[in-house]
Amino acid sequence: MNNLPPYLSVPERIWHYAFWLICIAVLFFLIFPLLVIIPLSFNDVPYFTFTKKMLSFDPEGYSLKWYNEFFTSLNWQGAVRNSVFIAFFATIIATFLGTLASLGLSRPQMPYRTLIMSFLISPMIVPLIISAAGMFFFYSRIGLQGTHLGVILAHAALGTPFVVITVTATLTGFDNDLIRASQSLGATPTTTFFKVIVPLITPGVISGALFAFVTSFDEVVVVLFVGSYRQRTIPWQMFSGLREQISPTILSAATLLIMITIALLTTLELLRRRTERLRGVTPS
Amino acid sequence: MEKVQEKISLVTADGTPLKISLARAQRRSKTIAFMMVFPLLFFVTIAFIVPIADMLLFSIDNSIVKKILPKTTEALKDWSEYSGELPDEVVFAAMVEEIKSAKASRQHTKIGGRLNYESSGFSSLFRKAGRKVKKIKTPPFKEALIESDKRWGDIYTWQVIKQNSSEYTEGYYLSALDFKRKFESGKIESLPEKDSIYLKLFFRTLLISSLIVFLTLLIGFPLSYMLSIVSTRTSNILIIFVLLPFWTSLLVRTTSWIALLQQEGVINDFLIFLGIINEDGRLAMIHNATGTVIAMTHILLPFMILPLFSVMKTIPKSYVRAAISLGAHPWKAFWKIYFPNTSPGIGAGSILVFILAIGYYITPALVGGVSGTFISNRIAYHISNSLNWGLGSAIGVILLGIVLLFFVFYDRIVGINNMKLG
Repeated sequence: MNNLPPYLSVPERIWHYAFWLICIAVLFFLIFPLLVIIPLSFNDVPYFTFTKKMLSFDPEGYSLKWYNEFFTSLNWQGAVRNSVFIAFFATIIATFLGTLASLGLSRPQMPYRTLIMSFLISPMIVPLIISAAGMFFFYSRIGLQGTHLGVILAHAALGTPFVVITVTATLTGFDNDLIRASQSLGATPTTTFFKVIVPLITPGVISGALFAFVTSFDEVVVVLFVGSYRQRTIPWQMFSGLREQISPTILSAATLLIMITIALLTTLELLRRRTERLRGVTPS
Repeated sequence: MEKVQEKISLVTADGTPLKISLARAQRRSKTIAFMMVFPLLFFVTIAFIVPIADMLLFSIDNSIVKKILPKTTEALKDWSEYSGELPDEVVFAAMVEEIKSAKASRQHTKIGGRLNYESSGFSSLFRKAGRKVKKIKTPPFKEALIESDKRWGDIYTWQVIKQNSSEYTEGYYLSALDFKRKFESGKIESLPEKDSIYLKLFFRTLLISSLIVFLTLLIGFPLSYMLSIVSTRTSNILIIFVLLPFWTSLLVRTTSWIALLQQEGVINDFLIFLGIINEDGRLAMIHNATGTVIAMTHILLPFMILPLFSVMKTIPKSYVRAAISLGAHPWKAFWKIYFPNTSPGIGAGSILVFILAIGYYITPALVGGVSGTFISNRIAYHISNSLNWGLGSAIGVILLGIVLLFFVFYDRIVGINNMKLG
C-alpha cells in the first residue's frame, strides 16, 4: 500500500490514501459495534454506558456481576437450556432430511430438479414474519403452538434450505467415476456409500448442520409466535429484555454469543480447508 | 429365421430385451432419487407450506357469519339491501332464534367481533342482543328486537350483515390497501389521506429498504473493491471483518446499536466529550427512522459485500490497465470498464439486501420507534395485539407477493442454484 508507483500525480496519490481511509472506516463500522459491547458487559452500573471509572481504567468500575446474573438467573439458564435443546433437535431433523434429499437431488435421474429445489429452499426466502404468522395460525390449530415440538419442527423447516444448499454444492463437485471405480473393484453399494461417498460429503454435511444450528440458535421471530415463555430461547430472552427492562445481562449474553460465533467461524474455516485438501486444491 | 431375430434384439442375461431392461433400470433409479427427496418434501410441506397456505385462507375467510347465522343468511338473500326498506319478519325471526342458540354456545360475541372490523359498534350490538333476546319469546320479532336496541332498526346494520355473509371476503385486502367498502351503496372507496395507514407503511417500508440498499452499496463497494485487489492472504484476514458480523446473532447486533445510539449511549457521550454537542443537545438517533436505517445498514452490509466481492474477484485487472494505456483517464477507465463488469454483483447484492430488508421485523421493532417501523411490525401487531388475524394475514400475503416478485428477479440474475452461503 505504501510503495506507490513514482509516476502517479498528486491527485492520484491523494485519492489512493483517501480510498484506504474509506476502507478502514468501513471495516471499523463493521466491527466496532461488536467490539463495543464486550467492555460494556463488564459494567458496574445497570446501564448500557461507559462510566467515568471505566474510562479511567479503574478496576472498581468493572464487575462480573452481569455474568453472575446470566449464569444464575432462572430466566437465562432456562433460555440457554431451551436454545440448545431446540437447536440440537432441529439440526438433527434438518441435517438428516436435508442430506438425504440432497443425495437424491444430485442424482442425474432426478425429475423436476429445479422445481423441487425452489420448493425446498422456500423457507429461506419467505420473510420470517410471514413464516411465523402462518406457523402461528396452523400450529395453534393442531395444538403445537406453545410446545417444544412445535418450535423444533418450525426451526427444522427453516434450517433445511441451508443443509440442502451446502450439501448439493458439495455434491456438484462430486466425481461420479469414484462410485463406479469403487463398484468395479467389488465394493457393495453399502460399502461404497460409507467408504467413498460419506467421507467426501462430510464437510458439506457438517457445515450445513452448522448453518441449521445457527439458524435455530439465532432465530427469534418464529419463537416469539410459535413458542411461549416455556420455550424461551436466548434471543427470545434478549428481545423481551430489550423491550421491558434493559439490563446489562443482555450484554454479557451478547458477549458470550460473539465468542461462540468466533468459535463457529473458525470451525467453518477449518472445514473449508479440509474440503479443499480432499479435493486436491491447495488451500489459499 | 429365428436366429436372425435373436441377433437383432439384444437381451440381458435373464432374457428381457435390453431396451425394456434399460427403461426399467432408469425408472427404478428415478424412483429411488425421488424417494430420497420425498421425506424432506413431505416435511417442508407440512411444517412450512401448509401454514403459509393456511394464512392465505385466513386472509379471505369470512365463514363466521354464515356458520353461526345460517338461517338469517339464507333469509337475507331475498332482501334487497338497497331498497330502502328493512328486512321482513322472517329475517328478524331467524336472527332472534340464532342469537339465542349462539348465546348458548357463547358464539354470538364472535360475530360481533368479526363485524366490528368492518364497522365499529357491532361488538356491543351483539353482546347486548345476547343478553336481551331471551326475553323475546313471541312474534312480532321485528318490533321486539328493534325495541331492545334501535340499531336493529337501521338499514345499515342489515346491509353490513348481508354483505359479510358470504363464505369469502376481499374485505381484509381492501383494508390492507386502505380501501373501504361503503355498505350503504356497496361501493369501494379509498380512505381519505389522513386515515390511510397501510399504504403509507408499505411505501415507507419500500422507501427505507431502498435507502438501505443504496447505503450498503455506497459503503460496500469500496471495501469489496479493496478486498478484491489486495493479496489473497490479506483478503482472507480482512474478510473476517465482514464474516464476523454476518455470523453474529441479529439480536446481538441490534443490542449493540441500542448501546451506541441511545440518548445516554456511547456516541452521544463521545460527542459531548469532544465538545461537539452539549448535554441538552443529545442527538435522538434511536426510536426513529434514523435508528432503523443505521442499524439495518450495518446488519445487511455483509449481504452486499459478499456477492460484490465474489464478482469483483473474477474481473481481470488487465481490463482497466488496457483502458488507461489506450489513453483513458483513470476515472473514465473505472466508470466505463470496471463498473459495468461489477453489475452482476451489484444486482445480486441489491436485490438480496432489498428482499431481506422489506421483511425485517426485529430490528425495526427494537430501534424503530414510531417513524421507523415497517409493515412487518403491523402484521405482528394484528396477530398478537389487535387479534385481527384476517387483516394481519392479508398484509402478510401482499408482502409475500412483493418478496416473491423480487425473488424472481434475483433468480434471473443469479439463479437459485448458484446461491452461496458464507
